[in-house]
Amino acid sequence: MSATFVGMPPFPEAARGALADTQLRHNLAHATATIREKRARVVAEVDEWEELRLAGAAVKDRVLRDLDEQLVRLEESLVARGATVHWARDAAEANRVVVDVARRHGVDEVVKVKSMVTQEIGLNDALAAEGIAAWETDLAELIVQLGEDLPSHILVPAIHRNRAEIREIFRRRMGQVGRPAPDGLTDDPAVLAAAARQHLREKFLRARMAVSGANFAVADTGTLVVVESEGNGRMCLTLPEVLVSVVGIEKVVPTWAELDPLLRLLPRSSTGERMNPYTSTWSGVTPGDGPQEVHVVLLDNGRTRALADDIGRQALRCIRCSACLNVCPVYERVGGHAYGSVYPGPIGAILNPLLKGTGDPQTDSLPYASSLCGACFEACPVRIDIPEVLVHLRSKVVDAHRHDRVPKPEAVAMRSAAWAFGRQRRLRLAERFTGLGVGIGRRIGVARWTSARDLPVAPRESFRAWWRRTDGRLDEAP
Amino acid sequence: MSARDDILGRVRTALASVQPDPVPVASPRAAPSGDLVDLFAERVADYRATVVHCPADGVEVAVAAALPAGARVVVPPALPAGLVAGLDVVVDEGLSATELDRVDAVVTGCRVAIAETGTIVLDHEPDQGRRAITLVPDRHVCIVRADQVVADVPDALAVLDPSRPLTWISGPSATSDIELDRVEGVHGPRALHVIVVDAPI
Repeated sequence: MSATFVGMPPFPEAARGALADTQLRHNLAHATATIREKRARVVAEVDEWEELRLAGAAVKDRVLRDLDEQLVRLEESLVARGATVHWARDAAEANRVVVDVARRHGVDEVVKVKSMVTQEIGLNDALAAEGIAAWETDLAELIVQLGEDLPSHILVPAIHRNRAEIREIFRRRMGQVGRPAPDGLTDDPAVLAAAARQHLREKFLRARMAVSGANFAVADTGTLVVVESEGNGRMCLTLPEVLVSVVGIEKVVPTWAELDPLLRLLPRSSTGERMNPYTSTWSGVTPGDGPQEVHVVLLDNGRTRALADDIGRQALRCIRCSACLNVCPVYERVGGHAYGSVYPGPIGAILNPLLKGTGDPQTDSLPYASSLCGACFEACPVRIDIPEVLVHLRSKVVDAHRHDRVPKPEAVAMRSAAWAFGRQRRLRLAERFTGLGVGIGRRIGVARWTSARDLPVAPRESFRAWWRRTDGRLDEAP
Repeated sequence: MSARDDILGRVRTALASVQPDPVPVASPRAAPSGDLVDLFAERVADYRATVVHCPADGVEVAVAAALPAGARVVVPPALPAGLVAGLDVVVDEGLSATELDRVDAVVTGCRVAIAETGTIVLDHEPDQGRRAITLVPDRHVCIVRADQVVADVPDALAVLDPSRPLTWISGPSATSDIELDRVEGVHGPRALHVIVVDAPI
């Protein structure tokens, strides 16, 4: 039923297609500029913002350095509060847990709070294969689901859709899965939101099982935290009898008090607000209030691989605010689909290779999807040095190809350069041909390299020749 | 090997050469400026909630004024009955979601309010009621006492009990998912009415 990122081409090819889409570029430019401005305004209000960033990074680092102890403590705290804890090595194991819970309760539908991790594991498809409908309740996810589309942004996944398209999707599809869109539906955002409210309300009120993710999981107290705006989270977390929360193992926070910097960093970085409308926290089961059967699935799915990478480990600090997407000049021009993953943009360019390792051409292309301008590092509330990790990952891709039988052109160029620089005599010989080589290069070009770069004009004589001729006299220009 | 052992084993291997840091991180604090209650009222109003002030003996009048005539109101079991005297009231003793959907408004207290961010936090004790009753009805009238207002997030965390379910509310429900146009009122209450009681200290 839903589209999939599987089989997307490597970034350069995907980007070329996106660049040609002027409507998309227009939407993205408007959207990212708007969010950037909102974020800048509320961040400027906070005098201690830089110290807050340092504190946020320190909290996440503290967890990651001690993750096994933190996970054990989280499990103990959750169990003490009446939750059932499951561990899942990969997507298949996590999906199986959710399906099993649904089966045991005989449900044929679940309501879902927006959760990137459940998209990462393809939960909706796994449930659909078992005849269980998974209703997305976040407005943008609803638009993506009804449109049989793919999300293009972490925070506003339907940003690539304009209001006219959304109206069309609602009119065509709502009636097929529930309460139809009202007659005379306009494309005014308030009217569209009201239609979504009507359409989803009946599902909220009758659903017996919900699936969520979590923004944070506090080890000391077994508390899960969900940050949202619309209220669909609150609906899913409190009305059904059964709740399953899928949580990446990197979401742990050691103590309740250490949630502080993160709760202050996230809303201003993501939606440019002082605080988002609704934040829900719960610790296991509360008798007489909310779901009486609570499950938590702790998911690895490549996070331990990222954890083992000394430089890449910092990517696991990510709190999914999407500030990096909004400042990235590359993302602004191509949008999220070109990255071929539920995690697009700068964070996606490092997270996907770290979670999956090298070897897949599409994933290997992601660290190169950047001009290394560093704007993402400046914007990141937990100070992930994305450019540092990008360069590190590029070296891993090169290393992975070092022993290819057919070397890439870049590898050939590097080896030739290494040969030439290996001996003074070789370099002198190579220098003699610089003028000729560059001249030819400028004429015939090496198309993929020179299509966006100019080869410089070769100097009349090499430095060595000039030195020999003038005996190093600075008054004679080369 | 169980998934648990496998994952924990991989974590330990990944961190074999890494030293843990047992010292909790302290966050920076800004000194609060000016009157906290005024700041709170201003910041909540920024979210397009309705904010009114009243003296300790004026709460009942303020509550009635916050509700449309003839509104059917659900209240938590421990809300003082005097605050909603004369209104069409049903006390929540386990109303179903469908029954809650037919109610027009809910009146509650709160646990703490945060001035810097204009946030109200409910811990769903009996004076605030279980979570569903502040979620399903379309109008939420929340009574905040002046002595419940703290400066910023860390102060609230210090006061709140994480073993309780908590709901942090900063304005009515909203979304910016459609072309980034902010629209109020999606699934949570579309109207948030805050009554700030200037209680004597």
